[in-house]
Amino acid sequence: MIRLEEVTKVFPDGTEAIREATFEVEQGEVCVLLGPSGCGKTTTMRVINRLIPITSGKIYIDGVDNSSIDEDELRRNIGYAIQDIGLFPHMTVRQNIETVPVLKGWPKAEREKRVEELLELMRMDPGEFMNRYPSELSGGQRQRVGVARSLGADPQILLMDEPFGAIDPITRIELQDEFLKIQRKIKKTIIFVTHDIYEAIKMGDRIALMNEGRLVQYDTPANLLYRPKNEFVEKFVGTDRALKGLQLIRVKELMCGSPPTVKTDEPAEAARECMEREGINQMVVICKAGKFLGWVEWTDLEKGEMVGEIMKPSSDFATIDAVLNEALSIMLSTRRNSLAIVNEDNGLAGVLSFDAIQEALGEMAQRGEIE
Amino acid sequence: MIEAWQFLMRNPEVVAGWTLEHLWIVLVACGFAVILGVPLGIYISGRGREHIADPVLYLAEIMMTVPSLALFGLVMAILASLGLRAIGFTPAIIALIIYAQLPILRNTYTAIRQVDPAMIEAGKGMGMNERQLLFKVKLPLSVPVIMAGVRNAVVMTIAIAAIAAIIGAGGLGKAIWWGLRGARMDLILVGGIGVSILGLLADAFMSRVERWVTPKGLRM
Repeated sequence: MIRLEEVTKVFPDGTEAIREATFEVEQGEVCVLLGPSGCGKTTTMRVINRLIPITSGKIYIDGVDNSSIDEDELRRNIGYAIQDIGLFPHMTVRQNIETVPVLKGWPKAEREKRVEELLELMRMDPGEFMNRYPSELSGGQRQRVGVARSLGADPQILLMDEPFGAIDPITRIELQDEFLKIQRKIKKTIIFVTHDIYEAIKMGDRIALMNEGRLVQYDTPANLLYRPKNEFVEKFVGTDRALKGLQLIRVKELMCGSPPTVKTDEPAEAARECMEREGINQMVVICKAGKFLGWVEWTDLEKGEMVGEIMKPSSDFATIDAVLNEALSIMLSTRRNSLAIVNEDNGLAGVLSFDAIQEALGEMAQRGEIE
Repeated sequence: MIEAWQFLMRNPEVVAGWTLEHLWIVLVACGFAVILGVPLGIYISGRGREHIADPVLYLAEIMMTVPSLALFGLVMAILASLGLRAIGFTPAIIALIIYAQLPILRNTYTAIRQVDPAMIEAGKGMGMNERQLLFKVKLPLSVPVIMAGVRNAVVMTIAIAAIAAIIGAGGLGKAIWWGLRGARMDLILVGGIGVSILGLLADAFMSRVERWVTPKGLRM
Protein backbone atom coordinates (compact mmCIF):
# COMPACT_ATOMS: atom_id res chain seq x y z
CA MET A 1 0.00 0.00 0.00
CA ILE A 2 1.20 3.46 -0.89
CA ARG A 3 -0.11 6.59 0.76
CA LEU A 4 0.68 10.20 -0.10
CA GLU A 5 -0.28 12.84 2.45
CA GLU A 6 -0.37 16.46 1.38
CA VAL A 7 2.73 16.00 -0.73
CA THR A 8 4.10 19.20 -2.21
CA LYS A 9 7.11 19.59 -4.46
CA VAL A 10 8.49 22.99 -5.32
CA PHE A 11 11.53 22.96 -7.60
CA PRO A 12 14.40 25.38 -6.90
CA ASP A 13 13.26 27.57 -9.80
CA GLY A 14 9.89 28.07 -8.09
CA THR A 15 7.70 25.75 -10.18
CA GLU A 16 5.19 23.87 -8.11
CA ALA A 17 5.24 20.40 -9.61
CA ILE A 18 2.94 18.84 -7.02
CA ARG A 19 0.52 20.75 -4.79
CA GLU A 20 -0.74 19.02 -1.68
CA ALA A 21 -1.49 15.70 -3.30
CA THR A 22 -3.20 13.17 -1.05
CA PHE A 23 -4.19 9.72 -2.23
CA GLU A 24 -3.83 6.06 -1.44
CA VAL A 25 -3.09 3.07 -3.64
CA GLU A 26 -4.39 -0.22 -2.30
CA GLN A 27 -2.33 -3.40 -2.22
CA GLY A 28 -2.48 -5.16 -5.60
CA GLU A 29 -4.09 -2.24 -7.43
CA VAL A 30 -2.95 -0.43 -10.55
CA CYS A 31 -3.06 3.33 -10.08
CA VAL A 32 -2.61 5.29 -13.29
CA LEU A 33 -1.25 8.81 -13.06
CA LEU A 34 -2.79 10.63 -15.99
CA GLY A 35 -2.70 14.18 -17.26
CA PRO A 36 -1.35 16.58 -19.86
CA SER A 37 2.41 16.98 -20.10
CA GLY A 38 3.85 19.05 -17.28
CA CYS A 39 0.97 18.20 -14.94
CA GLY A 40 3.31 16.63 -12.39
CA LYS A 41 2.47 12.97 -12.95
CA THR A 42 6.06 11.83 -13.51
CA THR A 43 7.26 13.90 -10.57
CA THR A 44 4.57 12.29 -8.42
CA MET A 45 5.87 8.87 -9.41
CA ARG A 46 9.49 9.79 -8.73
CA VAL A 47 8.93 11.13 -5.25
CA ILE A 48 7.72 7.69 -4.21
CA ASN A 49 11.17 6.09 -4.60
CA ARG A 50 12.79 9.41 -3.66
CA LEU A 51 14.43 10.04 -7.03
CA ILE A 52 13.04 13.51 -6.33
CA PRO A 53 12.94 14.77 -2.74
CA ILE A 54 9.66 16.34 -1.63
CA THR A 55 9.29 19.81 -0.17
CA SER A 56 6.62 18.93 2.37
CA GLY A 57 4.17 16.19 3.20
CA LYS A 58 4.60 12.49 3.90
CA ILE A 59 4.76 9.36 1.82
CA TYR A 60 4.04 6.02 3.46
CA ILE A 61 4.87 2.66 1.97
CA ASP A 62 3.10 -0.14 3.82
CA GLY A 63 2.73 2.27 6.69
CA VAL A 64 6.43 3.20 6.85
CA ASP A 65 7.49 6.78 6.14
CA ASN A 66 9.68 6.48 3.02
CA SER A 67 12.06 9.19 4.23
CA SER A 68 13.06 6.91 7.12
CA ILE A 69 14.35 4.19 4.77
CA ASP A 70 17.84 4.29 3.22
CA GLU A 71 17.52 5.71 -0.30
CA ASP A 72 19.23 2.87 -2.16
CA GLU A 73 17.54 0.22 -0.03
CA LEU A 74 14.15 1.81 -0.74
CA ARG A 75 14.78 1.81 -4.50
CA ARG A 76 15.98 -1.77 -4.57
CA ASN A 77 12.65 -2.80 -3.09
CA ILE A 78 10.55 -0.86 -5.59
CA GLY A 79 10.52 -2.02 -9.20
CA TYR A 80 11.25 0.73 -11.70
CA ALA A 81 10.52 0.62 -15.42
CA ILE A 82 11.03 3.47 -17.86
CA GLN A 83 10.74 3.66 -21.64
CA ASP A 84 12.89 1.17 -23.53
CA ILE A 85 15.94 3.42 -23.62
CA GLY A 86 16.36 2.56 -19.95
CA LEU A 87 17.93 -0.82 -20.76
CA PHE A 88 21.70 -0.83 -20.39
CA PRO A 89 23.10 -1.33 -23.91
CA HIS A 90 26.40 -2.76 -22.65
CA MET A 91 24.70 -5.52 -20.68
CA THR A 92 23.01 -8.65 -21.96
CA VAL A 93 19.34 -9.33 -21.35
CA ARG A 94 20.34 -11.53 -18.43
CA GLN A 95 22.63 -8.92 -16.88
CA ASN A 96 19.95 -6.27 -17.27
CA ILE A 97 17.29 -8.36 -15.58
CA GLU A 98 19.54 -9.38 -12.69
CA THR A 99 20.64 -5.80 -11.94
CA VAL A 100 18.73 -5.47 -8.68
CA PRO A 101 19.30 -9.08 -7.55
CA VAL A 102 23.07 -8.43 -7.99
CA LEU A 103 22.82 -5.20 -5.98
CA LYS A 104 20.99 -7.14 -3.30
CA GLY A 105 23.68 -9.83 -3.30
CA TRP A 106 21.59 -12.82 -4.36
CA PRO A 107 23.63 -15.99 -5.02
CA LYS A 108 24.27 -16.82 -8.67
CA ALA A 109 22.06 -19.90 -8.91
CA GLU A 110 19.09 -18.02 -7.53
CA ARG A 111 19.64 -15.12 -9.94
CA GLU A 112 19.79 -17.45 -12.92
CA LYS A 113 16.58 -19.14 -11.88
CA ARG A 114 14.89 -15.78 -11.49
CA VAL A 115 16.00 -14.54 -14.93
CA GLU A 116 14.63 -17.66 -16.59
CA GLU A 117 11.41 -17.39 -14.65
CA LEU A 118 10.91 -13.78 -15.68
CA LEU A 119 11.71 -14.34 -19.34
CA GLU A 120 9.20 -17.17 -19.40
CA LEU A 121 6.66 -14.93 -17.73
CA MET A 122 7.26 -12.42 -20.55
CA ARG A 123 6.86 -15.25 -23.07
CA MET A 124 10.44 -15.00 -24.27
CA ASP A 125 12.57 -18.13 -24.65
CA PRO A 126 15.40 -17.82 -22.08
CA GLY A 127 17.78 -19.94 -24.17
CA GLU A 128 17.31 -17.70 -27.16
CA PHE A 129 17.28 -14.29 -25.52
CA MET A 130 19.27 -14.47 -22.29
CA ASN A 131 22.63 -13.61 -23.86
CA ARG A 132 21.45 -11.09 -26.42
CA TYR A 133 22.16 -7.40 -26.18
CA PRO A 134 19.37 -4.81 -26.26
CA SER A 135 20.48 -3.73 -29.74
CA GLU A 136 19.64 -7.24 -30.95
CA LEU A 137 16.02 -7.03 -29.78
CA SER A 138 12.89 -5.58 -31.34
CA GLY A 139 11.12 -2.65 -29.70
CA GLY A 140 8.47 -4.89 -28.18
CA GLN A 141 11.06 -7.33 -26.85
CA ARG A 142 12.97 -4.48 -25.24
CA GLN A 143 9.86 -3.29 -23.46
CA ARG A 144 9.29 -6.82 -22.21
CA VAL A 145 12.84 -7.02 -20.88
CA GLY A 146 12.34 -3.62 -19.26
CA VAL A 147 9.29 -4.89 -17.41
CA ALA A 148 11.11 -8.13 -16.52
CA ARG A 149 13.98 -6.09 -15.11
CA SER A 150 11.65 -4.06 -12.92
CA LEU A 151 10.35 -7.34 -11.50
CA GLY A 152 13.92 -8.60 -10.97
CA ALA A 153 13.99 -8.89 -7.21
CA ASP A 154 10.25 -9.54 -6.90
CA PRO A 155 9.31 -6.16 -5.42
CA GLN A 156 5.80 -5.64 -4.07
CA ILE A 157 5.58 -2.19 -5.65
CA LEU A 158 6.24 -1.21 -9.26
CA LEU A 159 6.70 2.26 -10.70
CA MET A 160 6.20 2.37 -14.46
CA ASP A 161 6.84 5.51 -16.48
CA GLU A 162 5.10 5.07 -19.85
CA PRO A 163 6.52 1.55 -20.08
CA PHE A 164 4.77 0.91 -23.40
CA GLY A 165 5.52 4.33 -24.79
CA ALA A 166 7.89 4.04 -27.70
CA ILE A 167 6.35 1.25 -29.75
CA ASP A 168 3.85 0.74 -32.55
CA PRO A 169 0.14 0.62 -31.60
CA ILE A 170 -0.34 -3.06 -32.36
CA THR A 171 2.59 -4.27 -30.26
CA ARG A 172 1.45 -1.85 -27.61
CA ILE A 173 -2.00 -3.40 -27.32
CA GLU A 174 -0.39 -6.83 -27.23
CA LEU A 175 1.93 -5.81 -24.40
CA GLN A 176 -0.91 -4.18 -22.46
CA ASP A 177 -2.98 -7.37 -22.70
CA GLU A 178 -0.03 -9.48 -21.68
CA PHE A 179 0.78 -7.21 -18.81
CA LEU A 180 -2.78 -7.31 -17.47
CA LYS A 181 -2.64 -11.07 -17.61
CA ILE A 182 0.65 -11.10 -15.72
CA GLN A 183 -0.65 -8.61 -13.18
CA ARG A 184 -3.56 -10.92 -12.40
CA LYS A 185 -0.97 -13.55 -11.47
CA ILE A 186 1.52 -11.41 -9.58
CA LYS A 187 -0.82 -8.86 -7.96
CA LYS A 188 1.70 -6.04 -7.50
CA THR A 189 0.88 -2.57 -6.34
CA ILE A 190 1.56 -0.47 -9.40
CA ILE A 191 1.91 3.22 -10.16
CA PHE A 192 1.63 3.65 -13.91
CA VAL A 193 2.30 6.96 -15.64
CA THR A 194 0.76 7.71 -19.02
CA HIS A 195 -0.65 10.62 -21.02
CA ASP A 196 -2.88 8.31 -23.05
CA ILE A 197 -6.43 8.21 -21.72
CA TYR A 198 -7.21 4.97 -23.58
CA GLU A 199 -4.28 3.27 -21.92
CA ALA A 200 -5.29 4.71 -18.55
CA ILE A 201 -8.85 3.39 -18.80
CA LYS A 202 -7.63 -0.01 -19.89
CA MET A 203 -4.83 -0.49 -17.38
CA GLY A 204 -6.04 1.32 -14.29
CA ASP A 205 -8.07 0.11 -11.35
CA ARG A 206 -8.00 3.74 -10.38
CA ILE A 207 -6.94 6.83 -12.24
CA ALA A 208 -5.40 9.90 -10.67
CA LEU A 209 -6.05 12.72 -13.12
CA MET A 210 -3.65 15.60 -12.54
CA ASN A 211 -3.46 19.14 -13.83
CA GLU A 212 -0.90 21.82 -12.99
CA GLY A 213 0.39 19.85 -10.04
CA ARG A 214 -3.02 19.29 -8.52
CA LEU A 215 -4.82 16.01 -8.20
CA VAL A 216 -8.12 16.82 -9.91
CA GLN A 217 -9.98 13.55 -9.58
CA TYR A 218 -8.95 10.21 -8.14
CA ASP A 219 -11.48 7.63 -9.17
CA THR A 220 -12.30 4.45 -11.00
CA PRO A 221 -12.12 4.70 -14.81
CA ALA A 222 -15.93 4.44 -15.06
CA ASN A 223 -16.50 7.28 -12.62
CA LEU A 224 -13.92 9.43 -14.36
CA LEU A 225 -15.75 8.92 -17.65
CA TYR A 226 -19.33 9.20 -16.44
CA ARG A 227 -19.11 11.27 -13.27
CA PRO A 228 -16.49 13.90 -14.05
CA LYS A 229 -15.89 16.15 -11.08
CA ASN A 230 -15.47 19.38 -13.00
CA GLU A 231 -15.04 20.98 -16.38
CA PHE A 232 -11.37 20.07 -16.71
CA VAL A 233 -12.09 16.37 -16.27
CA GLU A 234 -14.98 16.59 -18.71
CA LYS A 235 -12.78 18.26 -21.29
CA PHE A 236 -9.89 15.88 -20.75
CA VAL A 237 -12.14 12.86 -21.05
CA GLY A 238 -13.56 14.33 -24.23
CA THR A 239 -16.94 14.28 -25.94
CA ASP A 240 -16.36 10.80 -27.31
CA ARG A 241 -16.63 9.19 -23.93
CA ALA A 242 -19.14 6.65 -25.20
CA LEU A 243 -16.38 5.33 -27.43
CA LYS A 244 -13.86 5.48 -24.61
CA GLY A 245 -16.32 3.58 -22.47
CA LEU A 246 -15.81 0.63 -24.79
CA GLN A 247 -12.38 0.50 -23.26
CA LEU A 248 -13.99 -0.47 -19.95
CA ILE A 249 -15.59 -3.63 -21.27
CA ARG A 250 -13.58 -6.73 -21.94
CA VAL A 251 -14.36 -9.02 -24.80
CA LYS A 252 -14.80 -12.03 -22.56
CA GLU A 253 -17.69 -10.36 -20.74
CA LEU A 254 -19.74 -10.12 -23.93
CA MET A 255 -18.66 -13.05 -26.04
CA CYS A 256 -20.62 -16.22 -26.49
CA GLY A 257 -18.44 -18.83 -24.81
CA SER A 258 -19.82 -21.93 -26.52
CA PRO A 259 -20.57 -21.02 -30.14
CA PRO A 260 -21.55 -23.70 -32.67
CA THR A 261 -18.44 -24.93 -34.45
CA VAL A 262 -17.51 -27.40 -37.17
CA LYS A 263 -14.24 -29.17 -37.88
CA THR A 264 -12.54 -29.26 -41.28
CA ASP A 265 -13.12 -33.00 -41.74
CA GLU A 266 -16.89 -32.81 -41.22
CA PRO A 267 -19.24 -32.87 -44.23
CA ALA A 268 -20.74 -29.58 -45.42
CA GLU A 269 -24.14 -31.10 -44.70
CA ALA A 270 -23.39 -31.11 -40.96
CA ALA A 271 -22.66 -27.40 -41.13
CA ARG A 272 -25.93 -26.76 -43.01
CA GLU A 273 -27.98 -28.62 -40.38
CA CYS A 274 -26.35 -26.73 -37.57
CA MET A 275 -26.83 -23.34 -39.25
CA GLU A 276 -30.51 -24.10 -39.89
CA ARG A 277 -30.98 -25.17 -36.30
CA GLU A 278 -29.26 -22.09 -34.90
CA GLY A 279 -30.64 -19.67 -37.50
CA ILE A 280 -27.23 -18.32 -38.44
CA ASN A 281 -25.53 -17.87 -41.79
CA GLN A 282 -21.93 -18.54 -40.83
CA MET A 283 -20.02 -20.79 -38.48
CA VAL A 284 -16.58 -20.97 -36.93
CA VAL A 285 -14.26 -23.65 -38.23
CA ILE A 286 -11.75 -25.19 -35.84
CA CYS A 287 -9.11 -27.86 -36.12
CA LYS A 288 -9.03 -31.06 -34.08
CA ALA A 289 -7.04 -29.36 -31.33
CA GLY A 290 -9.66 -26.63 -31.07
CA LYS A 291 -7.64 -23.87 -32.73
CA PHE A 292 -9.48 -21.26 -34.76
CA LEU A 293 -9.04 -21.69 -38.53
CA GLY A 294 -11.70 -19.61 -40.28
CA TRP A 295 -15.35 -19.42 -41.20
CA VAL A 296 -17.77 -21.38 -43.31
CA GLU A 297 -20.64 -19.40 -44.89
CA TRP A 298 -24.19 -20.39 -45.84
CA THR A 299 -23.73 -19.26 -49.43
CA ASP A 300 -20.67 -21.47 -49.84
CA LEU A 301 -22.29 -24.69 -48.63
CA GLU A 302 -23.00 -25.92 -52.17
CA LYS A 303 -19.46 -25.46 -53.32
CA GLY A 304 -17.98 -28.66 -51.88
CA GLU A 305 -18.45 -31.84 -49.92
CA MET A 306 -16.33 -31.21 -46.86
CA VAL A 307 -16.06 -28.19 -44.62
CA GLY A 308 -12.30 -28.07 -45.26
CA GLU A 309 -12.91 -27.42 -48.96
CA ILE A 310 -15.40 -24.59 -48.60
CA MET A 311 -14.18 -22.73 -45.54
CA LYS A 312 -12.65 -19.26 -45.69
CA PRO A 313 -9.40 -19.28 -43.68
CA SER A 314 -8.97 -16.26 -41.45
CA SER A 315 -6.38 -14.93 -39.09
CA ASP A 316 -8.48 -12.07 -37.77
CA PHE A 317 -9.34 -12.57 -34.15
CA ALA A 318 -9.05 -10.91 -30.76
CA THR A 319 -7.73 -12.31 -27.50
CA ILE A 320 -10.03 -12.76 -24.51
CA ASP A 321 -8.27 -9.92 -22.68
CA ALA A 322 -8.83 -7.40 -25.46
CA VAL A 323 -11.11 -4.49 -24.66
CA LEU A 324 -14.21 -3.84 -26.66
CA ASN A 325 -13.00 -1.04 -28.89
CA GLU A 326 -9.97 -3.06 -29.97
CA ALA A 327 -12.25 -5.97 -30.88
CA LEU A 328 -14.65 -3.63 -32.61
CA SER A 329 -11.95 -2.15 -34.81
CA ILE A 330 -10.78 -5.63 -35.86
CA MET A 331 -14.37 -6.61 -36.53
CA LEU A 332 -14.95 -3.57 -38.71
CA SER A 333 -11.87 -4.34 -40.77
CA THR A 334 -13.01 -7.92 -41.45
CA ARG A 335 -16.47 -6.85 -42.69
CA ARG A 336 -17.99 -9.75 -40.80
CA ASN A 337 -20.51 -9.23 -38.00
CA SER A 338 -18.84 -11.79 -35.77
CA LEU A 339 -15.33 -12.01 -34.42
CA ALA A 340 -13.51 -15.09 -33.22
CA ILE A 341 -12.02 -14.76 -29.74
CA VAL A 342 -9.01 -16.89 -28.85
CA ASN A 343 -7.24 -17.70 -25.61
CA GLU A 344 -3.52 -17.75 -24.89
CA ASP A 345 -2.61 -20.73 -27.06
CA ASN A 346 -4.81 -19.68 -29.98
CA GLY A 347 -7.58 -22.08 -29.00
CA LEU A 348 -11.08 -20.80 -29.79
CA ALA A 349 -12.57 -19.27 -26.65
CA GLY A 350 -15.79 -17.89 -28.10
CA VAL A 351 -17.39 -15.63 -30.65
CA LEU A 352 -18.26 -11.99 -30.23
CA SER A 353 -21.21 -10.81 -32.30
CA PHE A 354 -22.07 -7.27 -33.28
CA ASP A 355 -25.53 -7.76 -31.78
CA ALA A 356 -24.01 -8.50 -28.38
CA ILE A 357 -22.07 -5.25 -28.52
CA GLN A 358 -25.16 -3.27 -29.45
CA GLU A 359 -27.10 -4.87 -26.65
CA ALA A 360 -24.43 -4.02 -24.12
CA LEU A 361 -24.29 -0.43 -25.29
CA GLY A 362 -28.07 -0.24 -25.01
CA GLU A 363 -27.89 -1.38 -21.40
CA MET A 364 -25.20 1.13 -20.61
CA ALA A 365 -27.32 3.89 -22.10
CA GLN A 366 -30.24 2.84 -19.93
CA ARG A 367 -28.10 2.97 -16.82
CA GLY A 368 -27.21 6.48 -17.82
CA GLU A 369 -23.54 5.77 -18.29
CA ILE A 370 -23.62 7.08 -21.84
CA GLU A 371 -25.89 9.52 -23.43
CA MET B 1 66.31 8.00 -50.15
CA ILE B 2 68.83 5.47 -51.34
CA GLU B 3 71.28 6.59 -48.67
CA ALA B 4 68.63 6.08 -46.03
CA TRP B 5 67.93 2.58 -47.30
CA GLN B 6 71.63 1.80 -47.37
CA PHE B 7 72.02 3.06 -43.83
CA LEU B 8 69.17 0.84 -42.68
CA MET B 9 70.65 -2.17 -44.48
CA ARG B 10 74.08 -1.59 -43.02
CA ASN B 11 72.94 -0.82 -39.46
CA PRO B 12 69.63 -2.63 -38.89
CA GLU B 13 70.33 -3.25 -35.23
CA VAL B 14 71.05 0.47 -34.63
CA VAL B 15 67.72 1.52 -36.20
CA ALA B 16 65.89 -1.24 -34.34
CA GLY B 17 67.47 0.03 -31.11
CA TRP B 18 66.27 3.58 -31.75
CA THR B 19 62.80 2.33 -32.60
CA LEU B 20 62.53 0.25 -29.44
CA GLU B 21 63.81 3.14 -27.37
CA HIS B 22 61.21 5.37 -28.98
CA LEU B 23 58.42 2.92 -28.27
CA TRP B 24 59.56 2.54 -24.69
CA ILE B 25 59.41 6.30 -24.14
CA VAL B 26 55.90 6.46 -25.65
CA LEU B 27 54.71 3.46 -23.65
CA VAL B 28 55.96 4.80 -20.33
CA ALA B 29 54.66 8.33 -20.98
CA CYS B 30 51.23 7.19 -22.15
CA GLY B 31 50.98 4.62 -19.38
CA PHE B 32 51.48 7.30 -16.76
CA ALA B 33 49.25 9.71 -18.66
CA VAL B 34 46.37 7.20 -18.58
CA ILE B 35 46.94 6.35 -14.91
CA LEU B 36 46.81 10.06 -14.16
CA GLY B 37 44.33 11.38 -16.71
CA VAL B 38 41.50 8.86 -16.50
CA PRO B 39 40.99 9.03 -12.72
CA LEU B 40 41.39 12.80 -12.80
CA GLY B 41 38.85 13.03 -15.62
CA ILE B 42 36.43 10.85 -13.64
CA TYR B 43 36.98 12.95 -10.54
CA ILE B 44 36.28 16.29 -12.18
CA SER B 45 33.21 14.89 -13.94
CA GLY B 46 31.53 14.27 -10.58
CA ARG B 47 28.46 16.16 -9.52
CA GLY B 48 29.15 19.55 -7.96
CA ARG B 49 32.75 19.65 -9.24
CA GLU B 50 32.13 21.92 -12.23
CA HIS B 51 34.17 24.63 -10.54
CA ILE B 52 37.19 22.32 -10.53
CA ALA B 53 36.57 20.86 -13.97
CA ASP B 54 36.74 24.14 -15.83
CA PRO B 55 40.13 25.33 -14.59
CA VAL B 56 41.66 21.84 -14.87
CA LEU B 57 40.57 21.45 -18.48
CA TYR B 58 41.63 25.01 -19.23
CA LEU B 59 45.09 24.37 -17.79
CA ALA B 60 45.44 21.18 -19.85
CA GLU B 61 44.49 23.15 -22.93
CA ILE B 62 47.07 25.82 -22.24
CA MET B 63 49.73 23.15 -21.83
CA MET B 64 48.80 21.84 -25.26
CA THR B 65 49.41 25.22 -26.85
CA VAL B 66 52.94 25.60 -25.45
CA PRO B 67 55.35 24.66 -28.26
CA SER B 68 56.89 21.29 -27.49
CA LEU B 69 60.39 22.63 -27.69
CA ALA B 70 59.57 25.27 -25.10
CA LEU B 71 57.86 22.75 -22.82
CA PHE B 72 60.94 20.52 -22.82
CA GLY B 73 63.01 23.54 -21.91
CA LEU B 74 60.59 24.50 -19.18
CA VAL B 75 60.62 21.02 -17.64
CA MET B 76 64.43 21.06 -17.74
CA ALA B 77 64.55 24.42 -16.04
CA ILE B 78 62.15 23.35 -13.30
CA LEU B 79 63.97 20.08 -12.65
CA ALA B 80 67.32 21.87 -12.59
CA SER B 81 66.07 24.46 -10.12
CA LEU B 82 64.94 21.60 -7.88
CA GLY B 83 68.44 20.21 -8.09
CA LEU B 84 67.38 17.15 -10.10
CA ARG B 85 68.89 15.68 -13.27
CA ALA B 86 67.53 17.86 -16.03
CA ILE B 87 68.72 15.84 -19.00
CA GLY B 88 67.66 12.47 -20.42
CA PHE B 89 64.77 10.11 -19.99
CA THR B 90 62.95 11.51 -16.94
CA PRO B 91 62.40 15.13 -18.06
CA ALA B 92 61.30 13.88 -21.50
CA ILE B 93 58.74 11.54 -19.91
CA ILE B 94 57.43 14.31 -17.68
CA ALA B 95 56.91 16.67 -20.61
CA LEU B 96 55.21 13.96 -22.67
CA ILE B 97 52.87 13.06 -19.82
CA ILE B 98 51.82 16.69 -19.58
CA TYR B 99 51.18 16.75 -23.33
CA ALA B 100 49.15 13.57 -23.38
CA GLN B 101 46.94 14.81 -20.55
CA LEU B 102 44.56 16.91 -22.62
CA PRO B 103 43.11 14.31 -25.00
CA ILE B 104 42.80 11.75 -22.22
CA LEU B 105 41.46 14.12 -19.60
CA ARG B 106 39.06 15.87 -21.94
CA ASN B 107 37.69 12.67 -23.47
CA THR B 108 37.19 11.02 -20.10
CA TYR B 109 35.41 14.08 -18.79
CA THR B 110 33.16 14.51 -21.84
CA ALA B 111 32.42 10.79 -22.09
CA ILE B 112 31.18 10.58 -18.53
CA ARG B 113 29.26 13.83 -18.71
CA GLN B 114 27.56 12.73 -21.90
CA VAL B 115 26.21 9.41 -20.62
CA ASP B 116 22.48 9.35 -21.44
CA PRO B 117 20.59 10.74 -18.41
CA ALA B 118 18.01 7.96 -18.89
CA MET B 119 20.78 5.42 -18.15
CA ILE B 120 21.71 7.21 -14.97
CA GLU B 121 18.09 7.50 -13.92
CA ALA B 122 17.52 3.81 -14.57
CA GLY B 123 20.55 2.89 -12.48
CA LYS B 124 19.62 5.20 -9.66
CA GLY B 125 15.99 4.16 -9.77
CA MET B 126 17.03 0.57 -9.23
CA GLY B 127 19.07 1.48 -6.17
CA MET B 128 22.67 1.87 -7.37
CA ASN B 129 24.83 4.08 -5.21
CA GLU B 130 27.26 6.60 -6.75
CA ARG B 131 30.11 4.09 -6.95
CA GLN B 132 28.01 1.35 -8.52
CA LEU B 133 26.59 3.86 -10.95
CA LEU B 134 30.13 4.83 -11.98
CA PHE B 135 31.52 1.33 -12.41
CA LYS B 136 28.45 -0.47 -13.72
CA VAL B 137 26.95 2.21 -15.94
CA LYS B 138 28.94 5.38 -16.58
CA LEU B 139 32.41 3.92 -17.15
CA PRO B 140 31.44 1.00 -19.41
CA LEU B 141 29.37 3.36 -21.54
CA SER B 142 32.30 5.82 -21.69
CA VAL B 143 34.94 3.33 -22.80
CA PRO B 144 34.74 4.04 -26.55
CA VAL B 145 35.20 7.79 -26.11
CA ILE B 146 37.93 7.43 -23.47
CA MET B 147 39.80 5.01 -25.72
CA ALA B 148 39.55 7.42 -28.64
CA GLY B 149 41.30 9.95 -26.42
CA VAL B 150 44.04 7.48 -25.49
CA ARG B 151 44.56 6.60 -29.15
CA ASN B 152 44.87 10.28 -29.93
CA ALA B 153 47.40 10.70 -27.13
CA VAL B 154 49.52 7.76 -28.27
CA VAL B 155 49.79 8.94 -31.87
CA MET B 156 50.58 12.47 -30.73
CA THR B 157 53.19 11.30 -28.24
CA ILE B 158 55.00 9.31 -30.94
CA ALA B 159 55.46 12.49 -32.93
CA ILE B 160 56.46 14.71 -30.02
CA ALA B 161 58.82 12.10 -28.58
CA ALA B 162 60.98 12.68 -31.66
CA ILE B 163 61.69 16.16 -30.35
CA ALA B 164 62.53 14.80 -26.91
CA ALA B 165 65.81 13.59 -28.34
CA ILE B 166 67.05 17.16 -28.01
CA ILE B 167 67.16 16.78 -24.24
CA GLY B 168 68.81 13.41 -24.56
CA ALA B 169 65.89 11.05 -24.26
CA GLY B 170 66.94 8.86 -27.19
CA GLY B 171 64.71 7.17 -29.71
CA LEU B 172 64.26 7.83 -33.42
CA GLY B 173 64.49 11.56 -32.73
CA LYS B 174 68.18 10.99 -32.09
CA ALA B 175 68.67 10.10 -35.77
CA ILE B 176 66.87 13.23 -36.92
CA TRP B 177 68.78 15.41 -34.48
CA TRP B 178 72.18 13.99 -35.45
CA GLY B 179 71.27 14.23 -39.11
CA LEU B 180 70.33 17.87 -38.80
CA ARG B 181 73.56 18.75 -37.01
CA GLY B 182 75.81 16.79 -39.37
CA ALA B 183 73.87 17.51 -42.55
CA ARG B 184 73.38 13.76 -42.93
CA MET B 185 70.29 13.34 -45.10
CA ASP B 186 70.23 9.58 -44.64
CA LEU B 187 69.90 9.91 -40.86
CA ILE B 188 67.17 12.54 -41.12
CA LEU B 189 65.20 10.30 -43.45
CA VAL B 190 65.64 7.19 -41.37
CA GLY B 191 64.37 9.03 -38.28
CA GLY B 192 61.59 10.90 -40.05
CA ILE B 193 60.19 7.97 -41.99
CA GLY B 194 60.60 5.72 -38.96
CA VAL B 195 58.52 8.03 -36.76
CA SER B 196 55.83 8.30 -39.46
CA ILE B 197 55.56 4.54 -39.90
CA LEU B 198 55.48 4.08 -36.15
CA GLY B 199 52.63 6.58 -35.90
CA LEU B 200 50.57 4.84 -38.57
CA LEU B 201 51.12 1.41 -37.05
CA ALA B 202 50.26 2.66 -33.57
CA ASP B 203 47.07 4.23 -34.87
CA ALA B 204 45.98 0.97 -36.51
CA PHE B 205 46.92 -1.01 -33.43
CA MET B 206 45.09 1.33 -31.08
CA SER B 207 41.93 1.16 -33.15
CA ARG B 208 42.01 -2.61 -32.67
CA VAL B 209 42.50 -2.14 -28.94
CA GLU B 210 39.66 0.37 -28.92
CA ARG B 211 37.32 -2.18 -30.45
CA TRP B 212 38.56 -4.90 -28.19
CA VAL B 213 37.93 -3.05 -24.92
CA THR B 214 34.53 -1.65 -26.01
CA PRO B 215 31.72 -3.60 -24.30
CA LYS B 216 30.20 -6.03 -26.78
CA GLY B 217 26.71 -4.58 -26.67
CA LEU B 218 28.05 -1.20 -27.84
CA ARG B 219 29.92 -2.50 -30.87
CA MET B 220 26.99 -2.51 -33.28
